[in-house]
Parts: sequence; structure tokens; C-alpha cells
Amino acid sequence: MQTGVDAIVEIDAAGLHYRDLNARLHRVVEEGARTIRLVNVHGQRYIGTGLRKPVDIEIHGVPGNDLGAFMEGPRIVVRGNVQDGCGNTMNAGEIIVHGHAGDITGLSMRGGKIFIRDNVGYRVGIHMKEYKEQRPIIVVGGTAQHFLGEYMAGGVLVVLGLGTPGGRHTARFVGTGMHGGVMYFRGTLTPEQLGKEVSIVELDEADRVLLGQLVGEFCRHFGYDAAEILSGDFIKLLPLSKRPYGRLYAY
Amino acid sequence: MTLHERAREQVESFLHRHFEVVKGERVPTRRTPGIVDPPDLHRYFVHPRLESPGDVEDDFVVARVMEINSQIEGAFVFSSGKNMGVFKGVGYPEQIAEYFCLDSYEGYMWTGHNRFPTNTPGWWGGAHPFNILDWTVVHNGEISSYGTNMRFLEMRGYRCTMQTDTEVLAYALDLLIRRHRLPIEIAARVLAPPLWTEIDAMEPAERRLHETLRQVYGGLLMNGPFTIIAAHDGEMIALGDRIRLRPLVAGVKGDRLYVSSEESAIWLVCPDVEATWVPVGGQPVIGRLGETPRPLAVLGYVMPVGASLDEVGVNAQ
Amino acid sequence: MKSILPPRFIVERDLDRCIQCQVCVTQCGWDVHYFDEVDQVVRSRDELCVGCHRCVAFCPTHALTIRERQLDYRRNANWTPEVLEDIYKQSEMGGIILTGMGNDKPYRNYWDNLVLNASQVTNPSIDPLREPMEMRTYLGAKPERVEIDPETMDLRTELAPQVPIEVPVMFSAMSYGAISLNAQESLARAAAAAGTMFNTGEGGLARPLYKYKDHMIAQVASGRFGVHPDYLEMARILEIKIGQGAKPGIGGHLPGEKVNEPVAATRMIPVGTDALSPAPQHDIYSIEDLAQLIHALKEATRYTKPVSVKIAAVHNVAAIASGIARAGADIIAIDGLLGSTGAAPKIIRDNVGIPIALAIAAVDTRLREEGIRNRVSIVAAGGFRNSGDVLKAIALGADAVYIATAALVALGCHVCQMCYTGRCSWGIATTRPDLSKRINPEIGAERLTNLLRGWSLEIKEMLGGMGINALESLRGNRLHLRAIGLTEAEMQVLGVKQAGM
Repeated sequence: MQTGVDAIVEIDAAGLHYRDLNARLHRVVEEGARTIRLVNVHGQRYIGTGLRKPVDIEIHGVPGNDLGAFMEGPRIVVRGNVQDGCGNTMNAGEIIVHGHAGDITGLSMRGGKIFIRDNVGYRVGIHMKEYKEQRPIIVVGGTAQHFLGEYMAGGVLVVLGLGTPGGRHTARFVGTGMHGGVMYFRGTLTPEQLGKEVSIVELDEADRVLLGQLVGEFCRHFGYDAAEILSGDFIKLLPLSKRPYGRLYAY
Repeated sequence: MTLHERAREQVESFLHRHFEVVKGERVPTRRTPGIVDPPDLHRYFVHPRLESPGDVEDDFVVARVMEINSQIEGAFVFSSGKNMGVFKGVGYPEQIAEYFCLDSYEGYMWTGHNRFPTNTPGWWGGAHPFNILDWTVVHNGEISSYGTNMRFLEMRGYRCTMQTDTEVLAYALDLLIRRHRLPIEIAARVLAPPLWTEIDAMEPAERRLHETLRQVYGGLLMNGPFTIIAAHDGEMIALGDRIRLRPLVAGVKGDRLYVSSEESAIWLVCPDVEATWVPVGGQPVIGRLGETPRPLAVLGYVMPVGASLDEVGVNAQ
Repeated sequence: MKSILPPRFIVERDLDRCIQCQVCVTQCGWDVHYFDEVDQVVRSRDELCVGCHRCVAFCPTHALTIRERQLDYRRNANWTPEVLEDIYKQSEMGGIILTGMGNDKPYRNYWDNLVLNASQVTNPSIDPLREPMEMRTYLGAKPERVEIDPETMDLRTELAPQVPIEVPVMFSAMSYGAISLNAQESLARAAAAAGTMFNTGEGGLARPLYKYKDHMIAQVASGRFGVHPDYLEMARILEIKIGQGAKPGIGGHLPGEKVNEPVAATRMIPVGTDALSPAPQHDIYSIEDLAQLIHALKEATRYTKPVSVKIAAVHNVAAIASGIARAGADIIAIDGLLGSTGAAPKIIRDNVGIPIALAIAAVDTRLREEGIRNRVSIVAAGGFRNSGDVLKAIALGADAVYIATAALVALGCHVCQMCYTGRCSWGIATTRPDLSKRINPEIGAERLTNLLRGWSLEIKEMLGGMGINALESLRGNRLHLRAIGLTEAEMQVLGVKQAGM
């Protein structure tokens, strides 16, 4: 194991329990490491959790659930797929996945960015929220499974539909209970696929600027052609109300 | 499995009454650190003595299993199939494997499972898998509809005696597939049916089928979080609940199919897996002996996660 | 004969608040309030007041208070004021004491002794506002199994007629005549709006309500009032009424006073005649006869509609239900001890029948033991007060429930128990045009739809809390119930465990 500010520190995760792996990770960061490569990762959980420094972590393998949960600061690049709960309640930092991601990616995310090259599972971006300058962002290269952006309260969710047959997204209950934030889809999505609390609206210039930035960033991570992606048709989803359940109670 | 000597004597006399016992022996085990207070485990290789010309062998065996489980105090049958065996108990997976000398067995299909007991005390009969005839079921989750499922099955002759919800899955599969002769894809639709809004939007024939299934088998809807792996002679099915409250991921490499709760497990046992995908809730993943596994699109939607699927040509059929 | 019955209520008028507007005078169907021409002031006759509170609700200055006038007789645990006054009444009039609405005696209300479950940790509760929560219920006989052609995967099974309801609550039988047309139209409209059913009672279907036929359960009772081929043809469900919870074993009697021209036309009897419903159906003296009528109705409608048989919950209800299922009924409606009525002998209303919870449990258990539970849907009735009662009934084994009192309360009913008089100030249990018009069917339907909406939302919250997203997974799921304060025998009948176990 090497140490030093400029060197890449490599940790072999083969056979390590997540507590041992994460303990080592914390130790090298305390010792000053700023770029860490984890190899042979197989399901170890909570990688990046509790690290409050702007370190770079590159993961080779399939990290376990809750990758970057409660994370504040690090940037994680995964050379592989990730499981469920990636970016759970993440506060700041970045997660870049060269593969697909499982369910509840970005659950209750409060800030930072997640880029997923391929598809994502159920309930991605569920209850992500924003407050003032804290605005979480998730960009998905492929498509999503059901309940995308469920009761989303803020932030930005972009789904690019790359490699999706016919550009048709198949997710249902998209934005059910959504009451804040915005979603963009490249490709088609019919009103029957949406939760009753959202509607499809036209993009304006500000949307195009934002998409230009985010798609540009996505393409820099994964080597796609931003102009080609941006030339596709985008739709935008907004919640109909900030208070979808105003008529829920009798008193 | 018997909890005391008298139960074993009663079981043996019961077996001799209803079956020709070809061989009976204690299940071979090893003394294993960590395995404490195991029950007495015996196995019997038997031919049923059918009582009347109309008797069907499988029905006969099921009925006798239910009788032993519900009528002989302290005795439980936890494996009742042909050319298959259930090895289960209370302990860590490696301890159970050691205890049952699993290294001395060979098989073309294996299901492994470990779990800590959720709402019921850990006991040997209540460990996974659950079995009836050739069917085994392992289960991650909790079935909130257990009371309804149990009563539906009890009306059809099954007795739920294992104090845990997973048992109903084994009996439900036996009822649907063996007794009611439904294809496995249809049985999956009973356990994890589409929503009414989805059914309403289907083409007429498909709609009628799904309506009928839910109307008749509503009592077998497995409600609540679950992922199961059910296996029987030559076939294995993995199925998650219809709104994905429990994880399920699948992978293929050549003619091998892998299913797991976590993707990392697949990569660990198969570092060069060709594709992995996540079926949508209620979408069964079926592996059959002699068939190259593919994500199945029978009767509805399939939406694999994992762009690599397109490349290896195992996208929707 | 001079009546020695004391007035039941005191009308208190706050003279500081009263502005002499006479709204109370016009609103009261009982002639309690009147304008004294001599003194030029509004006064009240307490002895006529039934405590329906119509005047209180409409007084613009809240000047009126109605209080119960409970006389302080010498204290006696047995000879209570109610007992004494019933005897005074009978000694003056020499008849059966008549009453309306349901049993008001403090029998154990089992719903108050049962509690529901909720998920914590091991299975997640489901968020009903954002995630699908399915309440659709199909009423009708289900076969033992589904048959699929193994070659073609085609469905071979043909189901008996099924009727879907989107909320497991239907409006119970209330006939036109017993209630006003506007009240019935409110029920019909609300049933249509909420995707459920209303029930004609045995009064036939008035022509203006034909447009709600897709949500109609047509009752065929012992009087066969209004039963013509079109009536049978229009219905979604046909219901043979054998008995009702408020008055098991006896017939009915709509007094001639309530039989005005439109009621007469609907019931197909002359104006002003008493509409008499015999105690039994005179073509049903046995279970075989019931089977004969069930099949006569099926023949008459070419096997396109489920046939329901409604009975009162009595001691042998489980065995009776089993017979009804075997006789070919598709639905069994069971009406319990607290079931309501427009008119019933008080002695029967208060003393005959068994509580609905026990009846549901006994019937469901019996039908399962006999392996025929799938052949019928069970609809429970009799005193369902809120969505909690409804859900507990379903967990015990009911497919759906009927409500009537709760529905009328939604329309304004204050349960004054005077329905049989036809003078209902709320415009519900009356056919008097001046009173009936007080119900605007549009507003009435809105109130009922709101009620069903509220109950539906509550049911979804409770289901979601139990980790269940389809009602069929709670049906007969008694593991989700626990008992508090019940005896071993009661828990055995209900098939539920003591709370804490």
C-alpha cells in the first residue's frame, strides 16, 4: 500500500468484510490519500459513507448496497454495476457508474450528482429534495423501471433513453406523488405511464441550457456525443401542485 | 424430522401402514461446532401403497405428509420428493453444509439460502427451503397475505404446520402447477398478478385470462415483500413481488442461469458473467434443463436493466 | 284516553338570539314550532318533538337547543324509564310497539373489541397515496380452479357472472316508499359515481332512476312489488330477500299513507293501499324451494346476473348459508343484529338475531370447512359505522359490506327512529312532496360520494399500514385481527387470537 498526497492508493477488497474495507479506506484518507482505487470489490456496503473529504475513489467490481450513503464530498467512479440504494440520502459529492444501478438510487438525495451510464431499477430518485443551493441531480443514460421520481420533492432527474428500443420508456407510475423538482426524458412517455400528480410540459430555453450542461457532463464521463444526444426529442415533467394532498383530510 | 423417540415410532408405523419402505436410515450428519441440539433426522425411501384404483400417487403422498405434519405430535416431513433432497437447519450456511456432509452429494441444480428468522422463532422445521413433492421454495421477505393464503390452501386439503409464511408458497405451487395443471408462467401470474389498471389495458383475450386468474385465485396473491426461488424436476423459477419490495437480479453465462438478491454474488461465482439484468416485479425468471436461459417475456412486459443485454442478444423475446 | 306518556325532549329557545324568522316552523315535520298569531311570537310544543334536530341545524342564529327530557323516576335497575314508557304506550294503544332504524341496545359491538395489525420493520408498510392500492372486488361464484389449454395456453374456464365494485361498500336495500325518491336517487347516483351498487329494497325501481340500472341490485322479496321483466333485466344483481337483521322472521308493511301515486306506480299497486310483505316468501318453504326461485330468476335473465340471497343473522346462520350456497346462490348477504329498518316491532328489533361479526366468522369458517367458500361471495350488513368496521369484517371473511344507516346519516339523518311515520323532517324516510324535496339528489349524491371517498382513503391507509396492496389479500385474513376483552368462546367463534398473542 502506498501513501502520499499525489499517489494513487490501491486497496484490494477481495475477501474483506465491509467494516474492514471501510476502515482501511478511512485510514488511508486520514493519512492523506486523495485518490484511492478499490479492486476486487464484491458487494461490500457503505463505500464512501462517512468520508467528508473531497477524495476520488475508483471502484472495480460490484460494490454493495448503500454505496455513498449519507456521503458528503467524495467522488466515486464505479467501473461496473452498482446495487440498490446507491447515493442514499447523499448530501454532496459525485457518483459515476460505468454500468447499471439498482433500486432506490438517490433515495432522499439532498445534493450532489449521480451519473449512471446504463439503466436503473425501481423508485430511483424517490423523495429527493432541494433547499436553496442544495439541488441534487441524477442523470440516467438508459431507462428506468417503475416509480421513478416517486414523491420527488426537488432536484433534477434526467433519463436519456440510450439503447432503449424505439426510444420508448416502459416505466409506470412515473412521478407518482411528485411535488417538487423536474424530470426530463429523451424519448417517449405516455400520460398513462405517469402518476396523477405530474404532467408533461414543453421545454423552455432555461431547460435547454441545463440539459446542455448535464448531458455534456454525462458525455465527458462516458464518451458519448453530446450534440447527438441533445438533438433528440426531450419532454419535461413537472408536478401539478406543491401540495398534491390538499384534499386528503376532513376536519 | 422428529422431536422425540415416540414421534419417530409413530411415524415409522404410519409409514409401514401406507407405504412399502424400501430403505430407512438416519440422515448422515457430522458433528459440527455451532450446531446445537439438532432434531432426530431420518429418511425413508418408499413406494406408496395406493388404497384404491383412483388414487393418484402424488396426491396420496401429499395427503400423507399433511397427516404426519398435523397429526403426529413432534414429527415433521421436510423433504418428500423424488431424486431431490432438502438439507436445512438452524445455523450458519457453512455449518449446515458441514453438518449434512453436502460435499458427498452431487446434483445438477442447487438452491442455497440463508436467512435470519423474522417474525417466527428459528427452528429446524421452519428453516428454508420448504418442500412438497419435488418442489422446494426459498424465500426472502414476508407475506402479509399469509392468513388469506393459508385459508385458501386449507380449503384445498393443505395443512400449514411450519409456523412460517414460506410454507404457503410451496403448497400454492403444488396446487397450481401439479393439481390444476397451470403452466409455470401462469402460476407466477397468480402469485404476483398485474395490477387491475394493467389488466384493464390488456388485449381482450389476455385481459380475460388475467381477470379470471385474479378472480379465482385472488386468495393466492402473495402480498407483501418477497423474492422466491422455487425449483423442481428440471426447472427453476425466481420471482419477485409485483411492486418490487424485495430485490432480484439474474445473470447468464452460456447455458447457466444465476439468480440472486444481490448482483455482486453472481459476479463472485461467475466473474465472466455475460449479462445481468433485473426483472420487473412479478416477472418470472425461469431456467429449464436443456434450454439456454433468456429473460422471459411471456404474457407481458419485460424490461431488463443492463444495456449489455442488447449486445449479447438476450433482450425481450 | 289521556296519555300519560311524558314528552321525550325539551326545546330550549334562547330569546336573546331568536329573531322570529320562523325557519324552525317551516322546517319541522312534527309541528313542534308554531307562530303564535296572538302574541306575534314563535313558540314550541315539546311533547311533539322527536329530537331530529332539523330546526337546530337550520336556525340561523343558533337559538335552539334540544335536550333529552329524562324523567327522574324512582331509581330501579329493572323498571327503567324505557320499560315504563313502553308499557304506558301499549296500555294506551294496545298494539305492537313500532320503531325505526336499528337496535339501540348496548349489546357488545364486536368491532370495538377487535383491533387491526400494522407492519413494522420486517415487511414494509406501503404508501397508499403514491403506490397502487387495489380495492376492486368481484361479486359472484368462483369455480374451484382455472383450466388452461396446455397446447395453446388458451383459457378454457368460463366464469359465472361477476359484478365488480371499486369500493367494498354498497348501499343496502332501502325501498322507494320507505325512503323518498330523492334519497334513493342520491344513493343511486353516488353508487354510480363511486363504482358500487345501490339496492332497490322491495319497492321496485322508479322510472326516473332507470338510468342508474348498471349500479342496481334489484330485490325480489315476499311482496314481489315492482317485479316485472324489465326490472329483472335492468339489474346487475338480483337479490332474493329472505330476512333482514332488524326484524328476522317477520314481513313488512308499508302503510297506505306512504303509497302515493308514484310509489303506487313503481310498486304496481293502487294508491293508498297498504303494501304488505308477507313474513315468508310463499314459494319458499324449504331449501329446495329457494333453489327453485334462484334458478327461476337465472332462467328469467338467461344466466347473466349473479343471484344474491339475503338473510338475517340468526343462530343457525352457518348451516343456513351452506344450504344457500348449495342451492345455487352466487352471493349471500347476511344482515346482523344491528341492522336497520324503516319500521319494525321494537321487541323484535331489540331481541332477535345475532351480531354480524359472529355471523361472518361462523359462515366463512363453515363454508371453508365444507370446501365451498369460493362458490359464493359474502356480503355483510348491519350497523357498519366506519371504515374500521368495514375492514375488520373483510378480515373476518366478508367480501363486501352493505351500509344503510351510515348512508342515511350522510344525507342528514339524525337517527330519531321515527321513519315509520313518514314525517321525516330531513326528507329521507318520507314520501311527502314538501319534505322529500329537502333532499337535492345532486347534493345528496355528493355527500355520499364524499363519505365513500373518505372511507376508501382510510381503508387504503389501513391496508397500506398492514403491508397489503390488494383487498383480496386481507379477505379472511384473521391473522391481521386481535381481540381485546373477549371470552375464549367468542375468540373461538371469531377465529382470532387475544391481543398480545
